Parts: sequence; C-alpha cells; structure tokens
Amino acid sequence: MAQFLSELSVFGFRVCPWPWLAYVLAGVVHIALIINLVAVGALIFIWLERKISARIQDRLGPTRVGGKFGWLQTLADGLKLLTKEDLMPNGADGLLFKLAPYISFCAAISAFIAIPFAGGSYPWIAQHLNAGVFFVLAVLGLEVFGVILAGYSSASKWSLFGAMREAAQVVSYEVPLGMCVVVPVMIAGSMDMVVIGDMQAGWFTNWLVFHDPFTFVTFWVFITCATASVNRAPFDLAEAESELVAGFHTEYSGLRWSFFFMAEYGSMFSVSILASILFLGGWHGPVPVASLLGLGGESSGSIGWFLAQLLGLGNVLLKGTLGVCIMMWIRWTLPRLRIDQVMTTCLKYCTPIAAVMFLGATCWHYNFPSKNFFGLTSYPQSVYQIKEGWDATKKQPLAAEAKADKVAQVQRGKRAISRHGERPIFLSSGERL
Amino acid sequence: MIHLPLASLLTEPVGAMHYVVVGAILFTCGVLCMATKRNALGVLMGIELVLNGANMNFIAFGSRYLRGDANSMGLDGQLIALFVIVLAAAEAAVALAIVLNFYNNHNSIDVDRADQLQG
Amino acid sequence: MDAIYWPSVFFLLFGGTACTFAVAVLVSKNIVRMAFYLILSLAATAGLFFLAGADFVGAMQLMIYVGGTLVLLVFGVMLTSQERFVEMKSDAGDWVIGFLAGGALLATLIWAAVSIPAWQGMSRAEAEALTVEKTATPLGMSLVGFRVDNPKESGYLFPFEIVSVHLLVVLVGAAYLARAKRKITKVALASEPSSAGTDQN
Repeated sequence: MAQFLSELSVFGFRVCPWPWLAYVLAGVVHIALIINLVAVGALIFIWLERKISARIQDRLGPTRVGGKFGWLQTLADGLKLLTKEDLMPNGADGLLFKLAPYISFCAAISAFIAIPFAGGSYPWIAQHLNAGVFFVLAVLGLEVFGVILAGYSSASKWSLFGAMREAAQVVSYEVPLGMCVVVPVMIAGSMDMVVIGDMQAGWFTNWLVFHDPFTFVTFWVFITCATASVNRAPFDLAEAESELVAGFHTEYSGLRWSFFFMAEYGSMFSVSILASILFLGGWHGPVPVASLLGLGGESSGSIGWFLAQLLGLGNVLLKGTLGVCIMMWIRWTLPRLRIDQVMTTCLKYCTPIAAVMFLGATCWHYNFPSKNFFGLTSYPQSVYQIKEGWDATKKQPLAAEAKADKVAQVQRGKRAISRHGERPIFLSSGERL
Repeated sequence: MIHLPLASLLTEPVGAMHYVVVGAILFTCGVLCMATKRNALGVLMGIELVLNGANMNFIAFGSRYLRGDANSMGLDGQLIALFVIVLAAAEAAVALAIVLNFYNNHNSIDVDRADQLQG
Repeated sequence: MDAIYWPSVFFLLFGGTACTFAVAVLVSKNIVRMAFYLILSLAATAGLFFLAGADFVGAMQLMIYVGGTLVLLVFGVMLTSQERFVEMKSDAGDWVIGFLAGGALLATLIWAAVSIPAWQGMSRAEAEALTVEKTATPLGMSLVGFRVDNPKESGYLFPFEIVSVHLLVVLVGAAYLARAKRKITKVALASEPSSAGTDQN
C-alpha cells in the first residue's frame, strides 16, 4: 500500500512528494479501515444481541428507531452515552481510571492489524507478519490490563473483585487457547495466517476442522476457550449483573463505558475471525465459487481478482458474524458458571483435552501428512506450493521457481519414505536430515 | 578515541552501542530499585528491569542489522534472550510465592520487617 | 541536512520510552503506578527487539513478560496492598548512597559502551543494503536441534528440555509455596511462644 501511494498521482499531482508521507498515509488508511470495522461492527453486534436475546426470550427487541427493525437503536444509545455526565469516584486513581478503557480498546483493535481478510499473493491484511497468529494471541492477552487497572482504580470493592476474577479467568484460559491454536499451525507448518488460510482452498473438505477427528474436537475446545477468554457467558461472572452490580466497569459511565463495550465486541469479533481462518477456511467458502466462475486470476489489478478477493472478504466477515451470533446464542441459553466451575473447566477439562488433541493431531499428521478430510482425500497440488519451503543458503522462504523445485524434491522424497516420515528435511547441499 | 554519538542519531543507523546504552540505563534503574525500595514487589520490579537490560545486550549483539552479518552472534543472541525471558518468568513466580507467604505471616510487605534472623 | 533515517527515529522513540518509564518505576511511590510504568517500559523494550530484527523474541517478550509475568506481578500487588496508599519511604541517606553507586555504575557502563569502535553503527549504505530476514523458523529448528543458519553448530535441544523441566518444577514449587494455609491468630501466638513462626497445615 505504501508503494502504491508513493507512486500515485491524481490529476497530474504527485500525492506523496516525500517518501515518508506514503508510509504515513498507508498507515492512516489501514487504521481508518480497522477502526471503522470495529466500531460499525460493535454497532451492528449490539443491535444483533438485543434482537437475538429478545427472540430467545420470546419478545421483540428494539423496533422503533430506524424503521421496523430498530436497527438505528445502537446509534441512539451511543448518542445518549455521549451526553452523560462524566463521573469519577472520589478515591479513584485519576490517571489509571481514565487510561484503562483506552488500553482495553487499543488491545482489542490491535489484533486486527495482523488478521488477513482475503488471501493470495497480495493478501488484504494491514501488516503481513510472519508470526501473525502469535502476535494476535499476544495482543489479546494484553486486554486484561485494562480490566485490572479499571478494577483497581475505581476504588470500589465490586470493581476489584470483578477485575481479579476476570484477570484470573482470561490468563488461565490463554493456556488451552494457545494449545488449540498450535494444532492448525502444526498442520499448516507456518504461523502466517495467510498460509493457513490459503491451505484450505477449494471445497469445504479442505477445511482444517475436517482434517482429522482430533482437529474437529480442537475446534470446539477453541470455541469454548475463546468464549471464556473474551468473558462472554456462560463465563461472564466478571460482569455478572446479578452479583457484582457490573463488575469492573461499575464506576464507568458514558463514553468510557462504551469504550469497554467496543473492546468486548471487538475482541469477540477478532476471536471469531481467528477461528474461521484457522479452522473454517477463512476466505475460502464451502464451494469454490471464485474459481468455478473463473475469477481467481493471480494478476493483481484485474477486476476478476478484485471480485474474488471481495468474495473472500465477505466470507471472512460472514463467518466472523456467525461465530459472534453463536456466542450470543450460548449467552442467552446457558446459566452462568461460578468462578470455581470456570477454573475447573479450564484446568481439569479444557487443558488436558487440548493437550491430548494436540498429541493425537500430531500423530495423525505424522502418519498421513498428505491426506485431508479425515484421511479420505488428498491435498490439491497447489497447497504444496503454498506451504513454506525453507532455503538454507539464503535464510529466507523460497522464491517461486525454487518452490517448484522443492515441490519436485518433496515428491521424490515422498516416494522414498524415510524414518523421519514422509517429508524429509532437505539441506541446500541436497543431503537429507 | 571516544566517538560521541549525538550528532548523527537521526541520520545514521544505530549500532550495538546505542542498544547497550539503553540496556545500561535499564540495568542501573533496576539495581537502584532493588537497593532502595522497601516494598518487596518494588524489589521484584527491579529484578525484572535488570533482566531486561541484560536481554537488550544479548539482542543487540545478536542482531545483524546492528553489527553486520560477520560480527553478530547471529541466532545465538536471540536464543539466549529467549531462555532468559522464560527463566525470568519462572523466577518471578517463585519470588511472588515467597512474597505472598511473607505477607501472610507478617501482614506487611515491607522488607525492613524481615529482620527475624538479624544477629 | 541529510535525509532522516527512520529506523533511528523509531529507536529513539522506543528507547526513550523504555528509559523514561524505567526511571519512573524508580521514582514513583505508588506501587500500582510502578507496575503500570514497568508494563510500558517492557512493551517499549519489545519494540526495540522488533527493531533489532528479533521479531520472534519481541513477540515472546510481549506474550510472556507483559502478558504473563506482569499480570502475576499486578495480582501480587493487589493481594498485598489492602491498606490503600500506604507509602513506604526509604531514608534520604539510602537514596543518596544509592544514587552515587548507581550513577557510578551507569557512568562506567556507558563509557565502556561508547569506547569500543566495533560497536558503532554501520554506514548508511551498508544498512540500506540489508534484507529483512524472518527468524521464527530458524529459531524453532534450532530449539529442536537443527541449526539451519550454520549447519556445523549443534542445536539448542538440550537447554530446551532442561528449561521445560525447570519450568515444570518451578511452577509446581511456586503453587505449593503459595497454597492457602491457616493463618496464625494472635491468641495462638501469645499462648504458645514455642511454636511461633511455624505454619499449621
């Protein structure tokens, strides 16, 4: 994007006379897109939550603002929150009290920097990181600081208890969450989310959730741990309305509270998109519409490529929204867990199950590395070219022609199955490890 | 001859020296925290700062962007820094357990109160 | 004036943040604010790691240090500072001696750092000719024993295994040390002076 902007000229004027302006503008465009996504997404999700909860409870929900379905209700609520009085409790630590919502919000938004929305050679991603999954997990773990600081600096015992419970819960559930994430990373061989997503091209049989029975179970454990990680019911005792008034955001009102809520919906959306990229195919739908229609040309700039990417973007957003809807559905169906039940679920159920599934998926993948869909079909040839090959002399991923050679090498290696399994490691000198 | 770095900080690439200076500042702040804080958790924070100062040195000497390909320690620097991070986390856990025990026994985390073994 | 070299500007930004907040940890009196400043300082350190090309180590610093160790520290702060805003001040004499010794240490270290010519930076032309390398795969491979960057050297498999067992032992020990025990009451202490200081299980 920066390169594109630095060469752009509109009506004969160079847009960026200085090279650094291109970087700044590229950053601004990316951030504007992401903030828009999170803010408008929060708007839509809050309305959706009210509608879904209403229907589950056999009532209608918002129906007046904005026509028959009340879809502008959240906007009206936002305007109301903007005009509320900005209170701060007497004994509160001023700096930390004011800073806490922004920390939560920034952590929730930063996760979107490394999440791809459409893949291929020019993925639609703000920052294409090599260790994208790792970065997203690290940043999602930083959200707990906003909560802790909010709880402590509110000078209220309800806030402190809520904050401690929530911090304990989020930090404990990071462990099984990390183990669940390692399974698709291991199958794809890369932490780069573009590689993981592109590996699932084609029909839905290529999706990683159907790769083997262990990954299937891992997906459900991931959903559970992700729900606990973002403090949604049934794990929402940090905001338990019936017990703690409102937990860590008791003393927050108006715009400060809305930042916390945008952070919550933002992180729900980001873990749903993460689940969809890691397990459910990401920007590849159940039916490969783009390649069936002949749209997925690799030459960037053509309208066909753009439409294919747009389809991918729609897929990702749709799957993310589906994940969020499922979280809302669970919230209004299941009763809340106690803190000791939450900890038991994490330590006695989720973590051992995740560990055993990791072991099982490793053994499965070791024995059938080229098989898909519970071992029934084989990978398409294009997937081998996407998976990262490593060039030991130049210490970087292989260039395109070298990748084709590597593919041929891998095929040769597959025929001579060694003790190390079907894909022996080739050094640049041609010898095998 | 000592080469003063201030003149060209904005226009020239930084070297390992600059990273070592930052590491030295972190290290000294950590040592002073350990020496002067009466709160046991303040002492712990000093320990974390010291370990980060040392990590900064390892990363600086292992970076090929700061010292060129031939001179750097390469991957070794980053690996050692990785091990230091992991060990520091483990040691912080034990230190916190000790502090919690101390608090439960004396109802205070003032390290000046820990003088029962004083001769 | 030459064109600005942006990586150096970012180094100044991150390095300045790290040093400022480290000094703030030293100077601050409120323990929660000290923890907060430490978080910011360590996050800036992670940024410095990213600038030096160690992207994997930087991400690990964020995840383990900032997201793990510091959360632990903040928990400890909250569990032990029930009396709000109690201030524990050191004597002024302690501060003076501390600053003298610390200042001498800092001066020695900085003098040593600036006087080694091999540690000065590269020239700009050399720096701009370098390509960006990814470090996650070589690091992972060397942790299981295969060095892809220098095949003659041995990997780090043995230290990796030792550290894994070490972590297990340490965390079990910490959990055991921090388990909930019955508190000794003052009455029990007064009536049984011989058993003072022992904990009942």
